[in-house]
Amino acid sequence: MSVYLDHAATTPMVEPALVAMNQQLRKLGNPSSLHTPGRSARKDIEQSRESLAKVVGCIPSEIIFTGSGTESDNTALKGLFWKGRKEGKNLVLISAIEHHAILDPAQWLQEHEGAQVIEIPVDSNGVVEIEALDTLLSQRADEVAVISVMHANNETGAIQPIAAIVQAANEYSIPVHSDAVQSFGKVGLNFAELGLTAMSLSGHKIGGPLGIGVLVLKRGLELPALLHGGGQEREIRSGTLNAPAIVALSAAAECSIPVEEIQQLRQLLENGIKQAVPDAYINSTGEKLPGIVNATYPGTESDTLLLLLDAEGIAASTGSACSAGVQRPSHVLLAMGHNEKSARSSLRFSIGTSTTRAEIERVLEVLPVVIERARAANLR
Amino acid sequence: MRLIAAMSGGVDSAVAAARAVDQGHEVIGVHLALSSNPQKYRSGARGCCTVEDSHDARRAADVVGIPFYIWDMAEEFHEGVVENFLSEYAAGRTPNPCLRCNEKIKFAAVLDRARAMGFDGVVTGHYARTRQSPSGKTLHRAVDISKDQSYVLSVLTVEQIEGAYFPLGDTEKIDIRKEAAERGLSVANKPDSHDICFVPSGDNAGWLHERLGSEVGPIVDQEGKEIGKHKGAYTYTIGQRKGLGLSVPTEDGSPRFVLKIEPKTNTVVVGARADLAIRTMYGEKPVWCGPAVALTPTEGFVQIRAHGQPLPCTYYLDGDKLVATLAAPLLGLATGQAMVIYDGDRVVGSATVCETLA
Repeated sequence: MSVYLDHAATTPMVEPALVAMNQQLRKLGNPSSLHTPGRSARKDIEQSRESLAKVVGCIPSEIIFTGSGTESDNTALKGLFWKGRKEGKNLVLISAIEHHAILDPAQWLQEHEGAQVIEIPVDSNGVVEIEALDTLLSQRADEVAVISVMHANNETGAIQPIAAIVQAANEYSIPVHSDAVQSFGKVGLNFAELGLTAMSLSGHKIGGPLGIGVLVLKRGLELPALLHGGGQEREIRSGTLNAPAIVALSAAAECSIPVEEIQQLRQLLENGIKQAVPDAYINSTGEKLPGIVNATYPGTESDTLLLLLDAEGIAASTGSACSAGVQRPSHVLLAMGHNEKSARSSLRFSIGTSTTRAEIERVLEVLPVVIERARAANLR
Repeated sequence: MRLIAAMSGGVDSAVAAARAVDQGHEVIGVHLALSSNPQKYRSGARGCCTVEDSHDARRAADVVGIPFYIWDMAEEFHEGVVENFLSEYAAGRTPNPCLRCNEKIKFAAVLDRARAMGFDGVVTGHYARTRQSPSGKTLHRAVDISKDQSYVLSVLTVEQIEGAYFPLGDTEKIDIRKEAAERGLSVANKPDSHDICFVPSGDNAGWLHERLGSEVGPIVDQEGKEIGKHKGAYTYTIGQRKGLGLSVPTEDGSPRFVLKIEPKTNTVVVGARADLAIRTMYGEKPVWCGPAVALTPTEGFVQIRAHGQPLPCTYYLDGDKLVATLAAPLLGLATGQAMVIYDGDRVVGSATVCETLA
């Protein structure tokens, strides 16, 4: 039996998305062309844009299609920084638990564009400390070009206090971006209600295709482009519009994820882990995404766990690896107070729409042996 | 059996993994990341552990059809191999890091981890053979003598040899390349790696200078008279002739050779070629690849370089030291090198040379 519990990495495309994509792939016409086939493709895109706007609580013109969540993050962070710099602001505030798609461009801005990056700390549950942000703003608000805090963390699932962050930033009129790639479709997400300036989404995390992302960007806001060319998408993202991926993303966004069932499976898994491995503990126990179980198994190394589980047909995740494929201790867990050793002993299971009870039971069945072997193999 | 194939990204380990699969074993490919700051690309024949090598290993595993993972052994490698390499040089000895890597990483850290995870052993692309004997598995030279790596494997204990699988030992290297091409492995024509993998520039002396400093010291003759200066005694090796930069010629114009390195006083002692001659070598920390060596002298062969000639000798155990007395004198033997005893093509054991006598 093969068990897939890495839905936060990517999840199967849902049937309506597959159908929509297939149909659109057979259609002719560049959406930017003025003739009939072009206009037809454009119409399909605009319908998708409108239905997607309804789902995420924005107006259609606020939706900019990009190639990935990473591209959306880069466009927002760099664009908002450059915009702020024109007004003499060079401070970039991000949380300490951002995805690399924010961490790395922030680092790049610091190294190449004169930005100063400050990471807002998180508590032991992996939630941004709003007091730390308040203190920072009370001292240096007029220097801040942009604040970027993810909506929910991809490794632990911890939901971040975005509304409070926006409220704090509003006092100083600081733009706030949020990477909502993991939250999209799984928890309530309303761009207008959150009061965000920008928000990143991705297609393949919600049952849509790979290679499509969305930057939701407040109406009327001009940002410098990363890609220049045909001037598509408010001249912020040039490039022929990927109609098949766009209609499929929109179709996937229309499908609701069975949140309650996923939550029940998560509970089953969390309880089972605690029973099977008494000294294991769950990372992030507060408000979080329904399908993520990040746990630490003392005395193990996560890459050993991954190999042993994989050999049993179970797919889990150890977090990010460097370019050579070497596992690194998670910066998210380190920011939550883990030491390198315990961060390296942690593993994420993520549950999705297609997950079954039998899959969870299979994991719980093999887990004790896997943990025992991993402990024996831990020679450090 | 369930085996871990250590895959460097080179042709040998790729074919070794493929052969292990053909033999009916359940094989999982593992690439060892040995550097915490890997370089992106290989430069020439030097180095390993680049991002490109890990990609080559992954693609080889794909072609062979086995799962593939990367194991981070950078810490173990640094402690067990790189630091040992530095401290040996700093102590005036000439170490062989490939031996240490086999001893501490491939057939220790990796094999131990593999066994704990429920695997039976480790497959590598080393050119060596093992055989079953009544006393257990024994280690032997490869068929391709020019590629034979039994020397660098001579640090393996009986228990380690039990878990070691060398599927290439019965084949000539040229045929391994052909086989790799037939199997569709893209690494079939990848150059062999040479030199020391963690000194990517190949400039051993420069690499040591950066880490051990360049303190100037005297070069003296056997009477203790200073005849030159050097920038760090540790960069010399016994028997070395070139690079001494001496301006005082010998009376008869004959060249001088490094006879001795004294790390405490940072002194290099030089002398005539004839003074390099040694007849007896003592080795510390002996390891037996089979039954232990007896106290009574036994006829056999000793090899003191990875691709050196086996030299006829008698060998015996003196306390905790392995002793080999050569049938004919040998010119120049650096301490720190491994002395490996052979009985025919079987590796009896090895020790690290700690003292030599004329």
